[in-house]
Amino acid sequence: MSQPRTQDGGTGTGTGIGTGTGIAADSGQTWDLRLYVTGQSPNCVRAIENLRLTCEEHMPGRYRIEVVDLLENPRLAADDQILAVPTVVRRLPSPIRKIVGDLSDTERLLVGLQVRPPARAAT
Amino acid sequence: MGNTSLVGLLDAPAGPGLAKAPTGIAGLDQITEGGLPRGRISLVAGSAGAGKTLLGLEFLVAGARQYGEPGVLVSFEESAAKVALNARSLGFDIDALQRDGLLVVMAFQVEPSEVITTGVFDFEPLFMLLDEAIRRIGAKRVMLDTVEVLFGAFGDDAIVRAELTRLARWLEDQGVTVIVTGERGEKSITRRGIEEYVTDCVILLDHRVRDEISTRRLRVVKYRGSAHGTNEYPFLISARGFMVLPITSITLDYTASEERIPTGVDRLDHMLGGGFFRGSTVLLTGTAGTGKTSLGAHLVNSACSRGEPALWVLFEESPAQVLRNMRSIGLDLQQWVDAGLLHIWAARPSSFGMETHLAILFQLIEEVSPSVAVLDGVAGLAHGSPAAETASMMARQLDLLKARGITTLVTSLGHENEAATMTVSSLVDNWLLLRNIETNGERNRLLFVLKSRGTAHSNQVREFVLTDHGVELVEVYVSAAGMLVGSARLAQEAAARDADVQEADNRDRRLRALRGRIAEQEAHIVAAQDQLAAERAEMDRIDLRERHQAAVAKADRSTLATRRWADPVPSNGGQP
Repeated sequence: MSQPRTQDGGTGTGTGIGTGTGIAADSGQTWDLRLYVTGQSPNCVRAIENLRLTCEEHMPGRYRIEVVDLLENPRLAADDQILAVPTVVRRLPSPIRKIVGDLSDTERLLVGLQVRPPARAAT
Repeated sequence: MGNTSLVGLLDAPAGPGLAKAPTGIAGLDQITEGGLPRGRISLVAGSAGAGKTLLGLEFLVAGARQYGEPGVLVSFEESAAKVALNARSLGFDIDALQRDGLLVVMAFQVEPSEVITTGVFDFEPLFMLLDEAIRRIGAKRVMLDTVEVLFGAFGDDAIVRAELTRLARWLEDQGVTVIVTGERGEKSITRRGIEEYVTDCVILLDHRVRDEISTRRLRVVKYRGSAHGTNEYPFLISARGFMVLPITSITLDYTASEERIPTGVDRLDHMLGGGFFRGSTVLLTGTAGTGKTSLGAHLVNSACSRGEPALWVLFEESPAQVLRNMRSIGLDLQQWVDAGLLHIWAARPSSFGMETHLAILFQLIEEVSPSVAVLDGVAGLAHGSPAAETASMMARQLDLLKARGITTLVTSLGHENEAATMTVSSLVDNWLLLRNIETNGERNRLLFVLKSRGTAHSNQVREFVLTDHGVELVEVYVSAAGMLVGSARLAQEAAARDADVQEADNRDRRLRALRGRIAEQEAHIVAAQDQLAAERAEMDRIDLRERHQAAVAKADRSTLATRRWADPVPSNGGQP
């Protein structure tokens, strides 16, 4: 379901697909991301750092990160279906994806953000 | 309830460290001797559709409604709307419970295809939500349905496992009683082996199909620190909820009633010394068409006419058909159905497994509380099952009925020597046999009382006759030529009537003759007495006359002598 879209996103440069160096097309694509955390836990602090660094490197100026602290509003977890933290919800580009963890695996993060297509026969 | 020891356990406060939270599920609380371990985690494992979620729902709803223990339900599989819908199928209004602050439902739909994991994470939001909900409504019960979904969704098993362990310990610290559901695994109890690290109590649900008949069973695999029933128990999921059958064997602690209840057939009552003892069990065997159902109909009819509710379970015919047939022998049972006294339940033996039949029977008994139950055609239940299993099933049925003091008639197509019949016959208090005999081109029915515990029952055979006003029992004639039944009996009865008339004639005649002779003798006596009296009178008269004449003669002589101046004459001197 996600594969065709990912490839669409990659058609701008063509050669970038699957090489690990390509960046999503300069098609005016922006990333709308929401990062759910619970206070200043080590995982959450790391996740905020990792996300900022990755975005700045791969999509400078074309991303927006909103950090939501569930400690301030626990009910949001139920409403937004957040079970684990840290969780990045990719609201754009659609479809919605959840990237869970401290985002220390940059390759997987890029796949999750749809900056990279998933590896062959990905989940 | 018959089993006082279990009731006692349920009522008594549990020992230290063994406090229990009743599930409210009939039967399960008996097997676990009070419920799930309070403040601990219980695992309910089973394959898809085994009833895990429903068991948990019952636990939560019973807690909220009956035991003053609000609950939190966390579903990882279904939306909140779907959960409410499932609950409604069991007759639970989840929405109302939520409005009343007795239940919080949280649903997370974790779609593995939507989630990518990268790096370390924790379930802190889940902890927070649970904490908030537990505090808000003062929850004492929690259900997590099905935690295994989390493994699939978050990929990193090690982290999920660690987080679940942390969650388990945290929940125990909250003092809530928890049900966790898990998918049945091939080699372990659950696919992900949750049983190893989260639970004190493991309940396994099983949904088996054999010979195209499905049966649900429940087993308590583990219960740390508590005794529990270890067998597999059949259970039912119906519109009235989840129900487990706790019985496995006959317990011999019934009370014995001295009261006799009539069978509805006068002469049978007479043969049995007044009827069956209340609460006793009766086996009625006989080949096809011997009138077993009709006898059963009499028993329920008799109970209903006394105003007692009766349960009639039919395994061979539809209720409408049986009602019609019984009308033909003059029994109007429809009136009792209309009056709500007679409950008829009919099902083909092959529609369910034996356990399910048992479970349904259990439910019917709970609903109807009959004083009399008739199970018609139980032989069909054997339906491809080994004799031992059939016998154990019968034993459970009888146990169930007997423990509640219900007088039960079980009719069976069996013969005397069949293994299953033999086993059952040792469990019942009364055994009646109906047998067809063929003589003179007729088939007639005979009824034997083979066994009747505690009764000096008749050892005689009776002919069993179906009339337009019900079953009648008639004496059979035993002569040198053998037993006479049917038209031979009628002929014999006619001959006997003739002989009676003849006898009466003879007697009359002899009486008349005797009376004549007595009258004659009496007349003789009267005549003789007359004669005697006449002769005595004659004798008196003669005597009198003689004395008179003598006196006269003497007087004459005296006068003469005076006249003649004659010498005095000595008396009698002149007599010869």
